[in-house]
Order: sequence, then C-alpha cells, then structure tokens
Amino acid sequence: MTFEEIQKEAKADWDSLYHGRAPHILIGTATCGRAAGAMPVVEAFNEELARRNVQARVTEVGCIGLCSLEPLVIVVKPDSFAVCYHNVTPQMVPTLVESYIQNDDPCLDLALGTVEAVEGEAVYIPELSRFEHEHRLLMRNCGYIDPVNVNHYIANGGYTSLVKALQMEPAAIVEEIKKSGLRGRGGAGFPTGRKWELCRRTPVQPKYVICNADEGDPGAFMDRIVLESDPQQVIEGMIIAAYAIGATEGFVYIRAEYPLAIERLTVALEQARRLNLLGDNILGSGFSFDIEIVQGAGAFVTGESTALMYAIEGKRSMPRARPPRSVKAGLWGKPTVLNNVKTYAYVPLILSRGADWFSGIGTENSKGTAVFALAGKLVNTGLAEVAMGTTLRQLIFDIGGGIRGSKKFKAVQIGGPSGGCLPEEMLDTPVDFDSLRRAGAIMGSGGVIAMDEDNCMVDTAKFFLDFSQRESCGKCSTCRLGTKQMLDILEDITAGRGRIEDIDLLIELAEDIKDGSLCGLGRTAPNPVLTTIRYFRDEYEAHIVEKRCPALVCKELIAYYILPEKCERGCEHCVLVCPVEAISTTEKGIKVIDQAKCSKCGSCQLVCPPEYNAVIRLSPPDSVPARRVEKSG
Amino acid sequence: MEELRKELADILLADRKDRRHLIALLQKVQQKLGYLSREAMLAIADYLKIPESTVYGIATFYNQFRFVPLGKYPVKICMGTACHLAGGALVLEAMARELDIEVGGITPDHEFSLERVACVGCCALAPVVVIGDTVYPRMTPPKVEELLVTIKPASKKAAK
Repeated sequence: MTFEEIQKEAKADWDSLYHGRAPHILIGTATCGRAAGAMPVVEAFNEELARRNVQARVTEVGCIGLCSLEPLVIVVKPDSFAVCYHNVTPQMVPTLVESYIQNDDPCLDLALGTVEAVEGEAVYIPELSRFEHEHRLLMRNCGYIDPVNVNHYIANGGYTSLVKALQMEPAAIVEEIKKSGLRGRGGAGFPTGRKWELCRRTPVQPKYVICNADEGDPGAFMDRIVLESDPQQVIEGMIIAAYAIGATEGFVYIRAEYPLAIERLTVALEQARRLNLLGDNILGSGFSFDIEIVQGAGAFVTGESTALMYAIEGKRSMPRARPPRSVKAGLWGKPTVLNNVKTYAYVPLILSRGADWFSGIGTENSKGTAVFALAGKLVNTGLAEVAMGTTLRQLIFDIGGGIRGSKKFKAVQIGGPSGGCLPEEMLDTPVDFDSLRRAGAIMGSGGVIAMDEDNCMVDTAKFFLDFSQRESCGKCSTCRLGTKQMLDILEDITAGRGRIEDIDLLIELAEDIKDGSLCGLGRTAPNPVLTTIRYFRDEYEAHIVEKRCPALVCKELIAYYILPEKCERGCEHCVLVCPVEAISTTEKGIKVIDQAKCSKCGSCQLVCPPEYNAVIRLSPPDSVPARRVEKSG
Repeated sequence: MEELRKELADILLADRKDRRHLIALLQKVQQKLGYLSREAMLAIADYLKIPESTVYGIATFYNQFRFVPLGKYPVKICMGTACHLAGGALVLEAMARELDIEVGGITPDHEFSLERVACVGCCALAPVVVIGDTVYPRMTPPKVEELLVTIKPASKKAAK
C-alpha cells in the first residue's frame, strides 16, 4: 500500500468518527479518567444504548488534560454539534442518551462546552479561559482521537513528516532540528539537534535510539498522558530520529507502573508495523527500523540516561561517569541517542511545519512549548501545555484557577525531587530552562504542585529528601550518606530537636552533595532544601527556636484541642472516631482530648460537624490551655 | 524445586537465554507467583547460567520486586507529592493501624498486604489508596476503616 492509499483509508475511518451517520460517544479512559470512574460510564453507555436499541458507537479516547473534571464524555451527533460533558456518572447516562442522542436537547447545563464552535449560549471549549493561555502542540489530539487507531493519527496529518524525512538527507534532518532550537524535555534541556549530530558522526555501527518513558517523579504524569492519548507521534519521532542518525533498533523504556500506557503503545507499534511505517524497508525506502518496549522495574535513578541503558542491558541502573558520552558509547557500548517522550513527539511537528515556525514559539533560549502536570491545592488540576516563557503566575492562577477554597497561596514546587519551592514573589518567573535554574528550581519533569498556607515548607523539604534518600542508588557516598544526614537533621527540626546552627549545616552538606555526586539525582537532591531555606527561612527558625510549626503540620509540634465553647455537647462524633480512645466527656458533656494518648491522626477534626468546627490544631503543643480542674466524674 | 521449575518452564523457555532478559524474567515470574521466592530466583540463575548473587542483586535493587507474597487484597498507599500534601501519611498510618501490620507486611490470614508507592498519577484525586486495581480517591483516616469494612467485613475483624 502506498502512503496515499494509507491516508485515504485513514481519512475515511476518521470521517466516520466525527461525521458518521450514527452518533458517536467518546469517553476519556486514560489512567486518571479510570481512577475517576470512567469505566463504569463506558459500561453504562453500552447498556443504555443496547436497552434503548439506539445505533451509536462508543470509543475510548485519551485525556484532554482536565483531571478535576473527569470522567469526560464527548457526544458527537450527526447533523448537530459535538458536546463535551464533565464529571459524568453512570446515573447521568440515561439522561444524556435520551436528551441528546435520541432527542435534541444538548443538556448544556451538564456540559463543559462544545467541541465545534456553535452560535448561541454554548461555550466553545477552546475559548474556555484556561485554554486561551495554553498552546497545545503535543496535546493537540489528546482526548479527541482514538489512541489505538493509527488511522486517526494519520488522518490528522500523522506520518507525513516521516514520508518527508525519508526523502531528505539524514544530515539535513539533523540541521532542521538544530535550527529549531529544540531542547531535551527530560529536564536538563540539552540541545536535541546537537545530540543527534554527535551520534550521527560517530562512525560505529550499530546505533540505537532510546525513548525515556521512565517518568519517576512523584507528581508528574505528562509522558503517561501523551503515551495513553496519542502514542503514534512518539513512534513517528523515534523513526525519524533513527533515520537521521542511522540506527536500526530502538527501545522505549517505560515504567511497569504504567500498564495502560504500555498496552496502548504496544497496540500502536503493532499498527505502525502493519502499515509498514515501522519494520523492514519502511514504505519501500530501504530504511529499516523497529522498536522494542522494555518495562522498567521501578527505580527513580533509572531516569538518568546512562543508568537507563544499564537497565535495558538487564543490570542495576547505576549512573556512570562521563565521558564517554552515550552518543559515542552508550547502550552495549554503541552510539546511542536517548531522548524523552515529549522530545520525540515534537520532531514530526518540526519537520512538517518547519524549524522557523517552532523557534517562533517560546523564549530566546527555550523554544516551543512545555507540558506541566498541575496538582496540589489548585482549582483546576490536570495537564497544561503552554509556550515557554509563560509565567508561573499565569500557570497557577489563569490556568490552574488559583488555590481552592479561601486559602492563601504559599509556594509552588516545580521540578519534583530535583526542583525547588518558589514563593509568591517569584511567581513572575517565566517557565523556561534558564530562568527556573536561576531561581533555584529546574524545569525537570514538569510537575507543578501548588501549596497553600496549610502546607509546611520544612515538611515539604523533608518529603522530597526522604524520596531522594530512598532512591539514591548508593554509588556516590556524598549522595548515599549525605542525603541521609540531611534527612536526619530535618527530622530533628520537624520534631522540635533542631539547633539553630543546623540551617547552616544543611546548606554546607547540600553544597558537598552537589559537588560530590556523579549524576543528576545526587546533584539536584538538595534543591528542595536549599530553596525552602532561601525563601522560607523563617519557617525553619520557628520550628527550631519556638518549637512551632506555623502551618500546623509537623506532628510532634502540634496538638489537637477541642474548644469547649464550640463543642456541641450531645454530639459524639469525635469520641467514636478516635482510634486510640483519647477523647472523653466531662460532666458538662464537653469533649476533652487526653494529650498523652492522642496519636494526632486528625480524625476528630475531620468528623467534627462543620457547624461546630470545635476541633483546632495548636502549635507549639504546650500552648493547649490547661484543663480547668473539674470535680472527678 | 522440580515442581517450581515446571511451573516456570513456559516463562523461562519463552525468552532467549540472555542476561539482557533478567529483569523481564523476574517481572514475569513475579507476575505468576505474586512474589519472588528464593527457589524461583535460584531457578532463574540456573537458567541464565549467572551467579545467584547477581539475580538477588538485581531483584533487591529495583522497587518492583517483592520477596513475600501479596495479600488477597493488596493495599497500596500513594506517597506521591500531591498525596503527601493532602495528608497521605495520615492515611498510611491509619491503614497500618487498622490492619495491624507494617508497610511491606501481610495480615496473618493473608487477606491484606500493605505497601507504599511513589505516585500512581491520580494527583487530582489525592490522597488515594489503591486496592487491587481500584483507586479510592480523597481518602482520610476515618474513611480507611469504612473502606476496609466494605471490602471485607469479616476479615477486618480477623485482622484485628
């Protein structure tokens, strides 16, 4: 089959989705959608359609990126417009089927908006305020196409770049990528074109192409969404990379914790092979290349490129000293190009729309877009793709919708365990590789976690260090022992045993770990501690000097207290829920917590009815008012 | 040992006898047995003709591998950043208390096992608990008890 024939078939298949004769229901069933209950919704649609004998198709799609609104359902109706519904439950399904599929009421009160622009009251989704700040390149198809139907990708322009690339000189492709200014999206931001060129010029065969999908940062899931929603763009990018550097074998190293991404990628690879877009003699060009999936077994350090190559070889993934660089001697000692999922996904776009188009987006030294996973205390959690140079403020307030409830923004953590916590006054920092590094954070994996006044910065630093310390591979003693020492100090501080000189000791240890560690994990592990000291030193001092946790988080520095004047005497919620039987009732019926017994689980505060709101936290713990002496009862 | 070897024969023979496939072999064996027993690791070492210490070294390096069986209801508590900020540690504590086991442990009746995981990628629903394949969103310590009761009314009592 020629590529024109493939395209023609793909177009027909795609048209049946959005312009078919029967209604079509698209349900977002990426991992996050499933967690929010998408699978029972799929089942409910199938049952309801069968029960009413309605001819309609149900297709599972990827994720549009609006996690807090999942499950999301798009109903495509012939001769009408497509509507996207949010927070869909199985109970809503009969209404949707009856109102819009069988009749003409689009139920706009349940809808997020319309997928096509229509006249009238309906909101057009791309015009939602958050999307005005977004610039979707990698996520353009996510949630709209069937990730396990290669035709949908092809019908939307997919694989034309590969066809174009196969007619180009490999060196010209490398030139184009260099000209685009694309930098690696794994976090460090090494120029992709230069990496490819170095590998291309190494006169050793065979060569390998590796895609790093070992997204290990707790709180980041962009790569997973890309692979679960539109995997073909990554495959196409890898094939082009292989052609450009002269590789015949490729690997996708992906976390075993991402079973759905693995499943969808496996199907996508199979479909690409069937159309001869992958495999022997691709599209008759004489160029052969195939991709194998390797499942990671869970080790954060494997995300480091030299470590990852050892993992593919079946060894312990411990980073090694460079040189030699992987582009000269990587996997099995052969020249290897390793890039992140998103880096490969940009490649087809750059070839089809041109390096100049790509370099027109973003800032002087950081081109294109960046995908962030927004989480924490935000109104709109989920994924956002923005042009490089967008400020953190826009990301958090315009797209993320600001902090939930009436709480105040305190800090944003960006870059995961290797990144840093930035305060309010740094929110005008543009998100690009260099600005973030100057602020003490890093672009890293792209996890963005917003924190409010209820989050303790010392505890946050301790959390990340605990993670890095567990995940240290142990090769460099500064990392293995240094992170443990830092963690011990932070544990002392959060338990009220800190000394004021500990702050300087932490900084000193941090510098030594940075200097004495081989890989990125060790060199960046102190960042969360350093940035919290830099921007929130007063919180460290409160813990150390006053034995007080200002955010009322650190267990050993807080106490739970029931305000006698607020306690509704007849209510027993807290008494019943307390797992350690620390709450008793006085003669007057007021509940009192026995501080010696209290395990500080917070259950009493959670169950105290909001109209009483009698349970509070106090810090330091000795600020609990002494109990009035009452007659023994 | 002979019996185990037979049980693992499909897995061992399906892969090429190559050191490269060690991690994949361990994953497949764990998938089948639920954990890596000492005998299973010895069988893999023998099959690949590599030292037993190498197999053990790899198995202990990666977080995915476990050396005790999983419970009938494997409980995983997410300890990712978003879950931590939303009180994941309190949920973990409550779960450990209710089941009366430590992280990495299993109840004496083999009904529940307890693990902490780095991030399951459901940050919008934090804090989450995963039991089997089901994600339970927005957990709190009081909800832990309720959840265990709905999962298996009898076994909670047994665990206590």
